[in-house]
Amino acid sequence: MDFRDTPEEAAFRAELRSWLQDHWTGRPVEGGRGDFETLREWGGRLYDAGYVGLTWPAEYGGRGLSPTYQAIYLEEMSRASAPGHPGVIGLNMAGPTIIAWGTGEQKQRYLKPLLTGEDIWCQGFSEPGSGSDLAAGRTSAVLDGDHWVVNGQKVWSSYAHKADWCILVVRTDPEAPKHAGLSYLIVDMHAPGVTVRPLHQITGDPEFNEIFFDDVRVPRDSILGRPGDGWKVAMTTLLHERGTLGFALSAELERMVNHLVALVKEPGPDGRRPADDPVIRDAVAREWIEMQSLRFTNYRSLTALLETGIPGPEGSGVKLAWSEANQRLTSLAQSVFGLHAQVTGDDAPWNGFWQYWQLRARGNTIEAGTSEILRNIIAERVLGLPKGR
Amino acid sequence: MDFAFSEEQEQLRGFAREFLAGRYDDTRLAQLADSPSGADEEVWSKLAEMGWLDSELTFLDQAVLFEETGHRPLPAPYFSTIALAAPALDDETAKRISEGTLKATLAWAEPGRPQRLLDPVTASVSGGRLTGEKVLVPDGGAADLFVVVASDGLYAVDASDAAVTPRTTLDGTRRVADVRFDGAPARALASGEEARVLLGRIRDRAYAAVALESVGVAQRALDLFVAYAKEREQFGKPIGVYQAVSHKASDVYVRLQEARSLAYWAAWCVSEDDAMARQACLAAKSFAAEAAVFACESAIQGHGGIGFTWEHVLHRYYKRAQWLAAFDGPGRGQRAEVAAYLLD
Repeated sequence: MDFRDTPEEAAFRAELRSWLQDHWTGRPVEGGRGDFETLREWGGRLYDAGYVGLTWPAEYGGRGLSPTYQAIYLEEMSRASAPGHPGVIGLNMAGPTIIAWGTGEQKQRYLKPLLTGEDIWCQGFSEPGSGSDLAAGRTSAVLDGDHWVVNGQKVWSSYAHKADWCILVVRTDPEAPKHAGLSYLIVDMHAPGVTVRPLHQITGDPEFNEIFFDDVRVPRDSILGRPGDGWKVAMTTLLHERGTLGFALSAELERMVNHLVALVKEPGPDGRRPADDPVIRDAVAREWIEMQSLRFTNYRSLTALLETGIPGPEGSGVKLAWSEANQRLTSLAQSVFGLHAQVTGDDAPWNGFWQYWQLRARGNTIEAGTSEILRNIIAERVLGLPKGR
Repeated sequence: MDFAFSEEQEQLRGFAREFLAGRYDDTRLAQLADSPSGADEEVWSKLAEMGWLDSELTFLDQAVLFEETGHRPLPAPYFSTIALAAPALDDETAKRISEGTLKATLAWAEPGRPQRLLDPVTASVSGGRLTGEKVLVPDGGAADLFVVVASDGLYAVDASDAAVTPRTTLDGTRRVADVRFDGAPARALASGEEARVLLGRIRDRAYAAVALESVGVAQRALDLFVAYAKEREQFGKPIGVYQAVSHKASDVYVRLQEARSLAYWAAWCVSEDDAMARQACLAAKSFAAEAAVFACESAIQGHGGIGFTWEHVLHRYYKRAQWLAAFDGPGRGQRAEVAAYLLD
């Protein structure tokens, strides 16, 4: 057991820290909610400096480093309050799936522009009638000569309004059993027949979208795996989402705890410092401890990943615990403003930072696997309890 | 970055688990807890034979044992001797512990005053003789030697020179005693600033040990919960298919993993004397002991009526979890110190 960086890791950390000092000059509270084109440009600078695709094979534009470096990257980004690369769906979901299932040609075509931020990706999994029950999707693709013709509707698709490409789960064989009838396509979001309609979240921001497919023609070879492999390919995507997500989440929570600490030390609207209230002090300490527990749970899971190639089961609860912690933390922050927490516009406390994140956090227990589904997964796959369905 | 115990430490874990499960099945544990002393008098020399009391063990080796002695409570003053007393003792005395001829504990709390480990005390020494009144001394009835916190330092006093009044406790296997020293011959171990630093380190170490033991307790409570949810049938199905039950178990699992991560972090910080040791130990103790209570309460609920009976082993774990959570004051006290670190 040794939590210290190796000399190589320490050098990487120091180099990144100094690069961030020189290049990231944004205000901390802008992180994550900035203008998209600015973020895209920032993503390109991160790529040029060699900080994107750290764990990807060098032949696809990555650096071929161990996941430890990705963890260090996320920690340092969070400590500098620097926003991440905006191509998160591409980096965390589409990319790893293409690396695992794509043909040589597909890897050549898609991976590099994804790393540079040139191409933005979105995900077409959920449908109005199938959310948690992914395999019940009804969006169809029918072969017509050299093309799949896609019809249907997807929903809750983040970045679809900015995206160039979509990883899309479709039903290609309506006769086959539920899971076996699915295929996994790569769809050009600029193709005729694709319509994106933004959905406004409870924050008021249009971060996710509905996508309508109306006789969209997709080249026959724009498929990952074979027809009927869609479920297996989708599981790779979700595994990667959960496998690499932990460090991003604990780093994000560290950033929020730091903001919370800064917040409670300032005088509140009534002139009193929340940090002088023992109830607030207890709650802040609780969230700091929670953040550390998630950080070190990620380390344990990473150790298992480095030793066995598979992340340890302990990491399966990180998203679940993080989402609830983020909800508590942001609600605590909003509470210190009292009724001032309601005031929007130019007078909004902290420029509306906590208003936005408190509301946004309600999505955390729904997106990327609802907490209910995650509890099922832990009960069935980790604890071995009998399946309820 | 390497967050795993060594192969030798994992072997020690396997051996400890087998030894404890073999010696203390749930029935035997209950008998011992309800016995007059609450202790397995014969086991101490066995522990010495197995090397568990060896002063050469690193804190990470001991960490494995603390966790396992929570998973199967060891009715012997292992925690008190190794975590609370040994760090203050000289090599000669440590050797007697290694050989299995000495059990020791720490006496700090005094009646009617703040009773946390670093609070000021009134017990005093004059002319090599210690006078004072200590309460709630862990394993006070079993110890041969007391490390006593006095106003100007730490002292060693033989149990034969003290008046020991054992108290009955909810957790029958880790009892406490009140101890009165009336001009007892006392040997100085550390004084002044040195004693203060030493006591701080003992507290860090004790917090880490409590956290590790809590992880063992929580793990056993979860094991029992899951096993029962698989086998118990209602409405024609094992109750584990119902999400009201299975999600409770999932929540215990997540909390347990978080507790384990903090406890191992704290153990590593103690063993390396890391700059974050104080915060890690405060975090681990408060979180893990509360997680153990949560695990036991969830497991009792998951068992229904049977989990609420004296016959079932769960209440033994629950009471141990409550002991651990109450050690040196409840979690809010530790969190207050974390808050001071973050905010002041």
